[in-house]
Amino acid sequence: MDLFLQQILTGIANGAIYACLALAVVMIYQAIDHFNFAQGEMAMFSTYICWAMIAGGLPYWVAFFATIIISFIGGLAIERIIFKPLHSAPVLSHIVVFIGLVAIFNSLAGAIWDHNIKTFPSPFPDGSFGGLIGLHEVGMFFVTLLLLLAIFCFFKFTRVGMAMQAAAANPASAGLVGIRVGWMLALGWGLAAAIGAVAGMMIAPIVFLEPNMMLGILLYGFAAAIVGGISSPGGAVAGGFLVGIIENMAGTYIPAIGSELKLTVALVLIVTVLLFKPNGLFGKTIVTRV
Amino acid sequence: MSHLLEVKGLEASYGPTKALHGLDFSLEKGGVTTILGANGAGKTTTLRAISGMVTRKGQINLNGTELGSLSTADITRKGVAHVPEGRGTFVRMSAEDNLRLGAYSRNDKTAIAEDIERVYNYFPILKQRRNQQAGTLSGGEAQMLAVGRALMLRPILLLLDEPSFGLAPLIVQELFDILKRINAEEGVSMLLVEQNAALALELADHAYLLETGNIVISGTSQSIIENETVRRSYLGY
Repeated sequence: MDLFLQQILTGIANGAIYACLALAVVMIYQAIDHFNFAQGEMAMFSTYICWAMIAGGLPYWVAFFATIIISFIGGLAIERIIFKPLHSAPVLSHIVVFIGLVAIFNSLAGAIWDHNIKTFPSPFPDGSFGGLIGLHEVGMFFVTLLLLLAIFCFFKFTRVGMAMQAAAANPASAGLVGIRVGWMLALGWGLAAAIGAVAGMMIAPIVFLEPNMMLGILLYGFAAAIVGGISSPGGAVAGGFLVGIIENMAGTYIPAIGSELKLTVALVLIVTVLLFKPNGLFGKTIVTRV
Repeated sequence: MSHLLEVKGLEASYGPTKALHGLDFSLEKGGVTTILGANGAGKTTTLRAISGMVTRKGQINLNGTELGSLSTADITRKGVAHVPEGRGTFVRMSAEDNLRLGAYSRNDKTAIAEDIERVYNYFPILKQRRNQQAGTLSGGEAQMLAVGRALMLRPILLLLDEPSFGLAPLIVQELFDILKRINAEEGVSMLLVEQNAALALELADHAYLLETGNIVISGTSQSIIENETVRRSYLGY
């Protein structure tokens, strides 16, 4: 029973990582209507920027918020400079650019800050909660919930949030009601980059900072977003925790999986959910009459 | 009567393919004008050119303002509302959110709330469906929502692209009666594109006949109805 509880808590701790990144995935999906495969690398790069600022002597929270702002501007710039000229290109071209961005950010981070693993500070105190779950993980859990609340309010109650969803769902009609569609896309990129930066800075103290830190985690982030429902931020967070728990349970209780095949669990989850509940467990089912 | 919209030498193209070859036409303030023509004549393109959705050349003058170089979002702010082909509602959002988005470019909160009620007054069925996802509306309801959303802009010119498309005759009649009321009560000028020529000529006071990107006949609706060619080719009697 103790083992079981321990595994659940470890699952939740891992889940917090996935949930955080899944939020960034959902954000960009709301804005551009598809996945951004470079999301993880962008988050990694943001985390390096924060690391460099802390190494340069800035206090943690100053560096933290400065990184969020820099990432927002960076995301905005990526859309304006790279994707705006491609806006009428087919989706496949966008995918190729995403993959290109993965390579660029990965190599750039390695070139600037080398490939050695670095420690990244946590803003939360050391120690653990009753010896079961680290205080950093607890803090991360609340940061994720806070982010979720902010995103929910943005989409639900602000004019810009609604306009952004409209621009993603139907760009032509969005233009006809006066929404500047191009800038909505840019804003979506900026916000996704900023959320990704928060995720990166929360994850780095656990997995340590290095150019490939996001490789596996992004896959879990995608799994979380798909399990929870790609159209629902709340679903993505719930999905993150679910994926964390399921992955951990499967690793512990199914001997054939162990710790080597854990990543496979994420892929199996993606396929299973897409097969049986394509909108995710909490996603809105889109009904259209024909 | 003075002209609300004056179009001169309007050309539009999709990539290398030219769809409009220099149209000249004008709309009267407060009037309903229709553009008739067969499939592929350039009716939809004409509307898209006015609201800046296609690459275009030529003069488009609305009440003294040149629209030719403005973006779609800016053209809506000059009071041009476009009900697009296929309705283009935001299917994942509720009917009322669709209406609210129609007023996106406005800031007058209380007036927006009043205008939503005004739209419900024209289309009572939308009030019943206000919280329903727009994608679940019937064809007629979705078309009413599209018109309602356009009205939320408080337009001076309403562009209507095949509002009768795919609707049952009874619904079409109801919709056109309401359009007539909107024209009379709100003083909104309309430019209507229709395949259903008889229906369009009933609502419109002026008409243009478009053939492969050129205007071939123009005049009052009455004169068009009496025109032998139009009658044989487009009205079928």
